[in-house]
Amino acid sequence: MRELKLMKGNEALAESAIRAGCDAYFGYPITPQSEVLEYLSREANQRTGMVILQAESEVASINMVYGAAGTGKKVMTSSSSPGISLMQEGISYIACAELPCLLVNVNRGGPGLGTIQPAQGDYFQSVKGGGHGDYKLIVLAPSTVQEMSDFVELSFELAFKYRNPVMILTDGALGQMMEKVELNPQKERKHVELEWATTGRKNGNGRVITSLHLKSEQMEQINIRLQKKYREIEKNEIRYEAVNCDDADYIIVAYGLVARICHKAAELARAKGIKVGVFRPITLFPFPYKELFENVKDKKGILDVEMNAGQMVEDVRLAVEGKVQVEFHGRMGGVVPSPEEILEKLEEKYLGGSK
Amino acid sequence: MNEKKTLDDQHYEKIIAEESICTQDHVVYEPPKSAMYETPMHYCPGCGHGVVHRLLAEVIEEMGIIQDVIGVAPVGCSVLAYNYLNIDMSEAAHGRASAVATGIKRVLPEKLVFSYQGDGDLAAIGTAETLHTCNRGENILIIFINNGIYGMTGGQMAPTTLANMKSTTSPFGRDVATMGSPLKMTDLVAQLPGTYYVTRHSVHKAGNVRKLKKAIVKSFEYQKEKKGTCFIEVVSNCPSNWKMTPVESNKWLEENMLPFYPLGDIKTPNQKEN
Repeated sequence: MRELKLMKGNEALAESAIRAGCDAYFGYPITPQSEVLEYLSREANQRTGMVILQAESEVASINMVYGAAGTGKKVMTSSSSPGISLMQEGISYIACAELPCLLVNVNRGGPGLGTIQPAQGDYFQSVKGGGHGDYKLIVLAPSTVQEMSDFVELSFELAFKYRNPVMILTDGALGQMMEKVELNPQKERKHVELEWATTGRKNGNGRVITSLHLKSEQMEQINIRLQKKYREIEKNEIRYEAVNCDDADYIIVAYGLVARICHKAAELARAKGIKVGVFRPITLFPFPYKELFENVKDKKGILDVEMNAGQMVEDVRLAVEGKVQVEFHGRMGGVVPSPEEILEKLEEKYLGGSK
Repeated sequence: MNEKKTLDDQHYEKIIAEESICTQDHVVYEPPKSAMYETPMHYCPGCGHGVVHRLLAEVIEEMGIIQDVIGVAPVGCSVLAYNYLNIDMSEAAHGRASAVATGIKRVLPEKLVFSYQGDGDLAAIGTAETLHTCNRGENILIIFINNGIYGMTGGQMAPTTLANMKSTTSPFGRDVATMGSPLKMTDLVAQLPGTYYVTRHSVHKAGNVRKLKKAIVKSFEYQKEKKGTCFIEVVSNCPSNWKMTPVESNKWLEENMLPFYPLGDIKTPNQKEN
């Protein structure tokens, strides 16, 4: 039995970073994720010697992550939407230089300065490559405080396995809400010498961390290697959850916080005799296209629900290739949909209105 | 062919043939052997970068710290420094070298970390990172090559471009009323308590080259002692974008750059600590 605690999502994530043996965190305050930096500032260094540095900006944070990740250490940063936008150049460099690290986006409502309330408007930015060039982050979308905690260690595993940045895409509500959470035991922080890391020249020539390849043929080869890696990730790392999909007539597709609300909506629907299941992608990249299709191919329809204007729904449509009707319901600007509202939309789209 | 040879050529050929002076005993200078690759540099003829690279390599070899040094080179002419310096190095995004160096140093505090930045990088797009790195007193060495121009992108105005100096984006000369005055970053960072050793050098004359080398040695020594940020500005040239011959550019540097960016120490450790 793991240690049980009642914690805020942001704090559970921070605690799990300490326990995962994370070596360094570089970050900048922004609502609704400042608890991560605050919690780590309070707890981390004295317990494990983990480096905690409040940077002068998100631009500096992500470049500190780039530098530290280049030494092969376990490194992370966290921010919320506008801050993550500022980091995009650095994230592109990290992806090209193939540095493992954990990025956390506690998504808030946008665009612009927007609001500090929860939202999912950063799906495209996270999943389709928010910075310049062709690259992919591995994107994990927790829907509980427990997953906010569990995904930290998983992220580091995946980051080092593929030498790729991993993003936990969560939102302001999950970051702020308190739930019980089972924590992993403390892992030792240990230095592992990696053959690509810059830790001072060993035998042979100096090692270089770079994303610069001036000859186009060479740059194309780098791209080919990256794309090959992404295909490998798509093959091995798809995670999803399908609840009550087998006998369902309708499937609600949602990720993160919204999926939980959709479970309640499905419950309400079944109480009314409407068979509804919920399909929740856990990895947003790689997206479970085939798995989703297998779960919905013989259904009467899909309702995709998001806290944005309709972003993941594009992947849902790609997954079903027009073979199943896909409807969308979204709330924007930090508004969270209610279970009743979701059921009403489902009935409206597929059953001619509420019974 | 023969008639094209100068008297000097003939003179030296004769000496070489007769006295065979090209022996190991007579070597007075050799390029660094292990900290530098034997490869032609992409820098323009007469550019100061090559000299500063060589000095770094010499110091790294002479101090025996090759296994401890990690360098950071951001966007700018010297972004490819890792093609010449045979040490562990990281490229950095434009302006972010000192943040990258901070990240490295914080997780590997026993290593010796330096950044190698140009004026556009350090004094324009990376001003915030530069000031805050110095203000935190990160135990790193920042080498700041100031030639008053954006070299890599083809000669645009830099934050350090002198008043009335022409560039492709100040074609009628830098008008300080609308373009601001040249920024003395080195004097600025010297004000911060985090900096330990702040000094300004050049490599346009042999004597200056020797002084710079000493400053680099000192800086690594201070870093070993965890004294704080060491900051070395090198007032340098850009013959191509200044549109001068190397010799002209060094003369211009002395007559125009040095009066505004005077050489010498700006902040030194106090005597007691020495």
